[in-house]
Amino acid sequence: MRVIATYNIKGGVGKTTAAVNLAYLAAQDGLRTLLWDLDPQAAATYMFRVRPRVKGGGKALILGTRSLDEAIKGTDFDHLDILPGDFTYRNMDLLLDGAKNRVRRLSRLLGPLAADYDVVILDCPPSVSLVSENVLHAADLILVPIIPATLSLRTFDQLNGFVADFDGPRPDVLAFFSMVDRRKRIHREIAERLPRERPDIAAATIPALAVIERMAVERAPVAVFAPRSPAARCYRDLWEEVRKRTPE
Amino acid sequence: MGDTVRLVENRAREYVLADSGAQLPERVRDELAMVFSVEEDRRAARLGRTWLDTFDWRLHRAGLTLQHVSTRGTRGTDELVLTGRGGQRLTAPARLARWPSLAAALPPGPLRDRVAAAAGLRALLPTVSVISQVREVRLRNEDDKTVVRILLDAMSPSAPGGAPIPARLAVTEVRGYAAPARRAGRLLTVAGASLTRQTALDAALSAAGRHPRDYTGKVDVALRPAMPGGEALRAILLQQLDNLEANVDGVLHDTDTEFLHDLRIAVRRTRSGLKLLGDVLPGDLTLRFASEFRWLGDQTTPLRDLDVHLLSLPPMAEHLVAADPLDLQPFLAYLGRRRTVERRRLNRALRSARFAATVGDWRKALLVPPGNRRAPAGPPAAELAADRTRRAHGRVIKLGSAITGSSPPESLHTLRKRCKELRYVLEFFASLHDPPAYRAVLGDLKRLQDCLGDFQDSQVQREEIQSLAAAMLAQQAAPASTLLAMGELAAQLAVQQGQARAEFAARFAGFAGTEGRRRMAALTAGETA
Repeated sequence: MRVIATYNIKGGVGKTTAAVNLAYLAAQDGLRTLLWDLDPQAAATYMFRVRPRVKGGGKALILGTRSLDEAIKGTDFDHLDILPGDFTYRNMDLLLDGAKNRVRRLSRLLGPLAADYDVVILDCPPSVSLVSENVLHAADLILVPIIPATLSLRTFDQLNGFVADFDGPRPDVLAFFSMVDRRKRIHREIAERLPRERPDIAAATIPALAVIERMAVERAPVAVFAPRSPAARCYRDLWEEVRKRTPE
Repeated sequence: MGDTVRLVENRAREYVLADSGAQLPERVRDELAMVFSVEEDRRAARLGRTWLDTFDWRLHRAGLTLQHVSTRGTRGTDELVLTGRGGQRLTAPARLARWPSLAAALPPGPLRDRVAAAAGLRALLPTVSVISQVREVRLRNEDDKTVVRILLDAMSPSAPGGAPIPARLAVTEVRGYAAPARRAGRLLTVAGASLTRQTALDAALSAAGRHPRDYTGKVDVALRPAMPGGEALRAILLQQLDNLEANVDGVLHDTDTEFLHDLRIAVRRTRSGLKLLGDVLPGDLTLRFASEFRWLGDQTTPLRDLDVHLLSLPPMAEHLVAADPLDLQPFLAYLGRRRTVERRRLNRALRSARFAATVGDWRKALLVPPGNRRAPAGPPAAELAADRTRRAHGRVIKLGSAITGSSPPESLHTLRKRCKELRYVLEFFASLHDPPAYRAVLGDLKRLQDCLGDFQDSQVQREEIQSLAAAMLAQQAAPASTLLAMGELAAQLAVQQGQARAEFAARFAGFAGTEGRRRMAALTAGETA
């Protein structure tokens, strides 16, 4: 089982749209895939038309009184399940703080799912918190959407430094340029130059396109309602790179 | 749905409709639409489905269902789908599959391993074929989320003349949505569908006039204790004749080696029935057919001996110490050529007028109505069973008790024959016995038979290898390395024979000791009571 997390300190950079589209593409490739929507806003859950509710809330999952297995819902797509978001996840930091092995609790909870899934994608809320630290420890690959700007790159480097200090296994970290506006010269320059210079930045980029915003209206991954769109192609390119970096 | 092969999952609850249409009936759709929004595939996928099993239903007995599923068109698929009792599902490509075929010929992978473990030496044959028109119906909730999937499967027999098959609706719950699936099931019942436990395979077989496990190589006759012994014997022999005839095609086409094996068992049981119980049939009948079935048995022996050689060589070759398994290639090739010759010879016998007359006249003789029979009907079946079982048992005890460490091999061979006769008499009347007492006696006997079988088979094979080596040498058909490897095989067989000989005394004591005799006495006393 490969665990891939989409993570960024900032919100609104394309984490959830990436998580939803990559989960769909993984399932389309025949991989048994689970998307865990860890964000209390539950946007990924909404996009799969699933109600954002987990019986017993985040507390039951973190304390282990309810197994993750019981909370999982099937999506409309073959091989793709979702562990829905829930508003009570906003208290997850407090719950994790009280748990044993506080930074590896999520990793432990995911363990029993290894026989059922080939890929787990964690859609992480935007923050620096105990939840995100748990996610970083649970993941084999951290996928970081960044806007092509100097400050975003600085934050990415900070994250790399943080992960490099981990004791034990360290996840691979891969950034990709998201919400790329081809009309802006700085976006074009950075998005073209940096992937050539740095192996930790994906060659595939996700442009800022209206069709991606439409996901919230269609409540489906881009490839479902606009399979031939440039956005669908870009997500497929990104998935190919991610798949290569997380061998079975 | 495109060309994806979509089949009912094991966790689905299945319903049948009264009709066999390929579309969701309006009354069913209306009922479901009371609660859900109903979305149905516009086009049904057309699948060719052929179920496969061995002639003696080994996959079915192991709880496995194997299907060859194919879709037509430019993106057509050909797939093998194996499902188990626990709902496990394995698939393998089947583009090059031709039936019948041995499991070893399937593409390597977990599916082949599971099938091969259950099928053993037997070939996979089509049991029934249908055309399925499959359409998915999705039930959505108010968020427009699919919460239930229903697969409408309209099967029709591929072969002309089959009965219509009622359409099936398989309700599969989407994970985490159990309640809507239960509700959909209730709505289907209201609309006139009924829940069924019958599988699609059972339904297809039933329409084709077959049922699972409609062949067994075992004695399968339900006798009544009070029925006349003659009538019981006719029923037993008739089933053996059915089995004999059922296996002829498989022998003629060389589908697998076990057709000949089963045919020979039917012949041997028939001969033993005539020998041990034939006095309840008219005397001339017994005399004539005893000689005809001896002839038939003799026709089958050379080919079966070669099959035994060919089947036992690969495992024995693994244990060669001095020789290389490759050294045996000329020997295998020689056996293969001999087998072709013997197969032709046997096929000529099975296509001969003598064979046709033997089985045809035998059936007529067995089916003569009771009023027209010339012999007395004999004692009641239970009495006949007890008497002949005791006699056969007595012969085994007498012969076995006389065997000592210095007895010649022939004495063990003769004992083996008597044991086989006892085994057949026990099996003939199995339906009259108390099942636990029967199993206990049969267990004792089987352990003894295994030992005697190992002893004799090792000797026969060793002698065969020696005479084949002489023949190959005379024909210059084998290099020295092959003859040396054959010598090593003969040595292995001699060791095996020695081991079996050493075990004999203990095995016989287990069968003929106080406990064994008490169990046999309990069995035969039960029948006369």
